[in-house]
Amino acid sequence: MTRHTINLSVNGVREYAEVPSHWTLLKLLREGLAITGTKNGCEAGECGACTVLMDGEPVNSCMVLAVEADGAEILTVEGLARDGKLNALQQAFVDEGAVQCGFCTPGVLLTAGALLERVANPSEDEIREALVGNLCRCTGYTRIVQAVQKAASEGIGG
Amino acid sequence: MTENLTPNPVGKSVRRVDAFDKVTGAAEFTDDLQFGPGLLYGHIVRSPHPHALIKKLDASKALAHPGVKAVVTGEDTPGFIGLYLQDRHIFCTDRVRYVGDPVAGVVAVSEDIADQAAQLVEVEYELLPAVVDPLQAAQPDAPLLHPDMASYEAVPFIFPQPGTNVSNVFRVRKGDPEAAWEQCDAVIEGEFRVPHIQHVPIEPHVAISRWDPSGEVTLWSSTQSPFAQRDLIAKTLGVSQGDMRVIGNYIGGGFGAKAGVSMEALVVAMARKVQGRPVKLRVTREEEFFCCFVRQGLAAKVKIGGTKEGKILALQVEYYWDAGAYTEYGVNITRASGYSSTGPYRIPNVKTDSYCLYTNHPVGGPMRGFGMPEIHWSIEQSVSRLAEALGLDAVEFRLKNCLRGGDTIVTGMKMHPMGLDDCIQKVADAVEWGQESPPSAPHKRRGKGVAACWKAPAMPPNPGSEAWVRFNEDATLSVGLGGQELGQGTFTVSAQMAAEALGLPFEWVRISRPLDTKYSPYEWQTVASRLTWSMGNAIKAAALDARRQILEIVAQYWDEDKDDLDIRAGEVVSYKSERSLSLKNMVVYGLPLPDDEGWIGGPIMGRGKFMPSYVTSLDPETGQGKRAVVHYTTGAQAVELEVDTETGQVEILRLAAAYDVGKAINPELVLAQIEGGVVQGASSALLEELKLVDGQPVNPSFTDYRIMTAVDAPRKILGEYVEVPQDDGPWGARGVGEHPMIATAPAIANAIYDALGVRFNEMPLTAERIFMALQE
Repeated sequence: MTRHTINLSVNGVREYAEVPSHWTLLKLLREGLAITGTKNGCEAGECGACTVLMDGEPVNSCMVLAVEADGAEILTVEGLARDGKLNALQQAFVDEGAVQCGFCTPGVLLTAGALLERVANPSEDEIREALVGNLCRCTGYTRIVQAVQKAASEGIGG
Repeated sequence: MTENLTPNPVGKSVRRVDAFDKVTGAAEFTDDLQFGPGLLYGHIVRSPHPHALIKKLDASKALAHPGVKAVVTGEDTPGFIGLYLQDRHIFCTDRVRYVGDPVAGVVAVSEDIADQAAQLVEVEYELLPAVVDPLQAAQPDAPLLHPDMASYEAVPFIFPQPGTNVSNVFRVRKGDPEAAWEQCDAVIEGEFRVPHIQHVPIEPHVAISRWDPSGEVTLWSSTQSPFAQRDLIAKTLGVSQGDMRVIGNYIGGGFGAKAGVSMEALVVAMARKVQGRPVKLRVTREEEFFCCFVRQGLAAKVKIGGTKEGKILALQVEYYWDAGAYTEYGVNITRASGYSSTGPYRIPNVKTDSYCLYTNHPVGGPMRGFGMPEIHWSIEQSVSRLAEALGLDAVEFRLKNCLRGGDTIVTGMKMHPMGLDDCIQKVADAVEWGQESPPSAPHKRRGKGVAACWKAPAMPPNPGSEAWVRFNEDATLSVGLGGQELGQGTFTVSAQMAAEALGLPFEWVRISRPLDTKYSPYEWQTVASRLTWSMGNAIKAAALDARRQILEIVAQYWDEDKDDLDIRAGEVVSYKSERSLSLKNMVVYGLPLPDDEGWIGGPIMGRGKFMPSYVTSLDPETGQGKRAVVHYTTGAQAVELEVDTETGQVEILRLAAAYDVGKAINPELVLAQIEGGVVQGASSALLEELKLVDGQPVNPSFTDYRIMTAVDAPRKILGEYVEVPQDDGPWGARGVGEHPMIATAPAIANAIYDALGVRFNEMPLTAERIFMALQE
């Protein structure tokens, strides 16, 4: 089996791995690097639980081959807090009760964070449209939307 | 620990104790655990046929494949497993009964190799005619799925009917419905259908198992039921429960899918063949849709009648549950739907027949509501139709007939105090019931609908809870519990109750997780909306036990009466001498007696337990008995919606939901359960159906089986609660986790009828179904 050398940055830290051709970025993160905050919900690009930012853009990491991520900068949920201090969006999720089981949360935080980078003060429609690829079965989305609005109102993006 | 302390946290919306870990990626889920290079992987060979005999199984090619360590088949697992009815082998032995039934398990050094080798397992089948509908299953000439039913073990309140496909039957015979029809001014009849749906936890099932040479078996699983898994799997595999250890980390949603045992026994059986090596089994999303549990399907026949004065006089229902290939858990849904068959109403004359039917469909299991969303789909539409036929308002009619404290319910039990009438009034007010507003476009129609509901925890009479609390040196408190955090917030509520009972600030409490049957206190299962009530009672008892110990020690130390002492915000205080003493240090090291007389006290550990002691059985012929259940949680929902007549699409404008929770230990968590449950209910009402064609699932993916996204979900959810205390609940609390899903679908159907004048007896109310109906 052909193996490929991958150099990439994950949450600002340089990582190196040798992976088979068919490995996805999700598999590289979770099983190659043991960075497990990113979740595996369907491996088909449909649920959004594995969303990470690749060079600033949200992607389903189960739909990206690890070799495509060679040289990329990846941001996962582990990279959001700094020195144990939550960012504004994370804090809003805690304060608004936007977390229940927590399995969709990492992907939702990254998608919503990317939205706030792009649009400082998104409307409810824009928030819901942005999150359409992140399935949540627990919350009914209400408090997730409220949390994104709260983070936006504080003027601090993801 | 000095800032923002919360004394007396019960009734306050404190932040979730698990939120920090969950927003930082630190929360460990089962698939996140690291097992090192020794980890092996499993893959399951599943039946492609809905019903067939296994004529031959040859695993030799798979075993010869490089990297394969073992292949497990039915020969390795001859025993039966099951919660209420032991009707299931871990791996199939002589026959398969649904598409997906496990026939073999391959263990290999990688997931890829296990997948490849699984293709090499050769199975020869002889096809049998499939039973794919519950009414077909009930026919006397239907093919039999379980010819050996007579030999199956069942708990005493389950009644299998050998020689048929009926694995349980529950009957109510109350009053005289035949005579009552004569006195009715209107009688409504209807036949309703509810399809199979799936729970869709965003985390699919995953489990790892290892057998140690010493004989200890460990199972790490994404589970709602570590103790039930320990008990059931140990029994079936001939292991002592004392040697079977189940570890439950955070779980990514359950909704009943991860109750009992589904795929976990497979991996334990597989690990037995590779002693000392951990084996991981992950089901794919496709497998999740039809290889673990699905919600049972239902065919219901309802006849209901009442008088023009607005009194419901009689009800006759037949429930035919499409319970799937194995009904080890589903038999109790049949029972629950029977003893709750009237919905939350006073009805003097009742005839109920509820049948659990084997079909060649996926295994029906528990799902949020445990039969109640399905039966309320028929009850609550029928009640609204009856009100209309009698010329009465649907809200008024419900207020007139709904149960109140002291009423006698369908099984003869006396209803405890509760505020259902309050809930109905609240939701009616919230949607401005009776007031019409114009639609947003000429081709749209608006309507309002209402539905009430009830649900009791459906469980054996004696499910127990156990808890301990243990102090750390700095007077922080570790709380041991066995109930699982599914996302509902039970760890947070548990911490609140422990702090309140002991007199500590909320922030001093730590939940001892992950759950581990080797160290955690016993808990039957995290199901039935029972934890706040049952586990809450155990935690409260444990905290009070610790409190008593502390007060006795300090009373002796101060030479005072312990009745004059109290614990407030982490300090022991005396109301008499006005002395105070910090709990720090003394809760572990004790206190020195004066004049160097030695020491008293020592590490404080409190224990508590709870088990209901008053549940009695029901007469198998009449369904009557003293007290069938511990209590009912009741509530109501009302919805205003708009239907686009050009596309059939439904937009929910506002949805109000109110429940009597006895006492909201954490009000925001109650509202969060309401919001999430309502959306799951609305999703099931409008979108969801696991489509099966001749037993073959045809839509097992998120593309073809849609659940509500952030765009689809209702935006205006008006959650409320009332608090009529439960006499044996902690601070009066009773559960509400499942209930928000129950009334949603019928409330939506009633509103669509109000908008269009068209009744839909079958779910889901897809745009296509509504559009087609409008063309007729």
